[in-house]
Amino acid sequence: MQLIKRKASESTVRPFQKIAPALAAASCSLLSVASNTALARGEAGTWDFEAASLFYSETDDRVVAVEPVFSATKNFEDGEVLNLKAAFDALTGASPNGATPSAAPQTFTTPSGNSTYTTDAGDAPIDDTFKDSRVALSASWLAPINRDWEYNAAFYGSKEYDYLSLGTSGGIKRYLNNKNTALNAGLSFSFDTIEPEGDIAKPLAKMGYNDADFDASRDDSSDSKTIIDALFGVSQVINRNTIMQFNYSVSMSDGYLSDPFKVLSVIDDTTGGNFEEGGNNVYLYEARPDSRIKHSLYWQTKYALANGDVIDGSYRFMLDDWGINSHTFDFRYRWQLGSSYLEPHFRYYMQSEADFYKRYISETEYNAGNLKEATADYRLGDLDGMTVGLKYGHKLDNDHEFNMRVEYYLQSSSGDKGFGLLKDQDLYPDTKALIFQVGYSF
Amino acid sequence: MNSLRTTSVIILSGLVLSACSDLGVKPWERDVLARPEMQLNHDPVEAGLDDHIYFSKEASSGGRGFGGGGCGCN
Repeated sequence: MQLIKRKASESTVRPFQKIAPALAAASCSLLSVASNTALARGEAGTWDFEAASLFYSETDDRVVAVEPVFSATKNFEDGEVLNLKAAFDALTGASPNGATPSAAPQTFTTPSGNSTYTTDAGDAPIDDTFKDSRVALSASWLAPINRDWEYNAAFYGSKEYDYLSLGTSGGIKRYLNNKNTALNAGLSFSFDTIEPEGDIAKPLAKMGYNDADFDASRDDSSDSKTIIDALFGVSQVINRNTIMQFNYSVSMSDGYLSDPFKVLSVIDDTTGGNFEEGGNNVYLYEARPDSRIKHSLYWQTKYALANGDVIDGSYRFMLDDWGINSHTFDFRYRWQLGSSYLEPHFRYYMQSEADFYKRYISETEYNAGNLKEATADYRLGDLDGMTVGLKYGHKLDNDHEFNMRVEYYLQSSSGDKGFGLLKDQDLYPDTKALIFQVGYSF
Repeated sequence: MNSLRTTSVIILSGLVLSACSDLGVKPWERDVLARPEMQLNHDPVEAGLDDHIYFSKEASSGGRGFGGGGCGCN
């Protein structure tokens, strides 16, 4: 915004002055753990602020989240950029617990072990005790070393009621070919701790319906995981209207990677209904491997049309050692309308299931006791996701910008349809969500 | 085999970089690229919010930046 003003007066005098902010912004993928980065858009020596609030609401009384974010960016005289960001989350609602729907009502013990909840016949079992709030703070720093090199560093921390995440990252960038090419390398380290109320469930332990059985299903009170990410990227100016980026990243997670709130149903071999023991349905807590390595390839291109509109397209391929691979296509068209713009957005996501994903466990598998890993979390199953949205932005005379967006997100799952009574149930219900965001930068 | 692979990577990298040297613009031709909306991640706040949504609803994360951890939502 302010950059454009300066450009009008200096475009023939000091063209290099315009390049640094553009390239600094282009380096943003390396700045922070969650890719939330500083954007050098202001005058040196000034602060830029941005406030935004996200409202996320799933249909059928599922998850509702409100997330306000505040970001402050200081642009220093020598090209350094400091970004400070705070985000707050408030989540309520209900989340699928992994069990299959059934022809009969089902009763589950809450993760805390303090009470039970019942799902009506034919309904998707959801844990409606889900409620959490989160505070996330991050700081990132970017600075030139000399004409061709720059470095960045970031710190991140977030706290929920039962979860703590701490992270740091750093990276370097080397410019080549008159700064038309930039090579990036970055490393990130995160340490997460979970301490759920009611302790951690033992892998594939049976859900208990009394104190003794519940205690028998419990393990330690807390557990942790470490995540190390490495990212290598190239960004390239193609021509006066086109810039392209290509990244390869690898992410290694070790430790407790299960979701302590997810279970699997054990299904009777004969009827296809719930398998019972002692008059109660049998549900097992999920168990995921204790390590995961993900590889991602990411490509993005931005192209400016002669009329000022901008096309932004990206593709990501992800592959991991859990047997999941995914494709993500993202397309935005920024339609410039004087000092306003409209930006339609389309995103399509396809994911294959993890090797250990099972919609349910059969009575035979349960009795054999050979299973080491299993999850019915639909987020690790065969999944498609589609997002359609529209954003509107308006630049005010004082260089401030107001924007808002509305998006619709639809997730569809598929897989084993079951047998017997199970065939009558909808094992893969869609998830639909409305996303609304309003933002103001100044 | 490893040395062949290493050599191939070096040659390929060289070719890619030399090809890149033919691309690009002169410093005085960066007017369009300098526009805020032409930055690769021109709205990091929105990108961060989206990353949080999709991290909690899908099995993939990162790519543009680090995938990392950050919340107990997945």
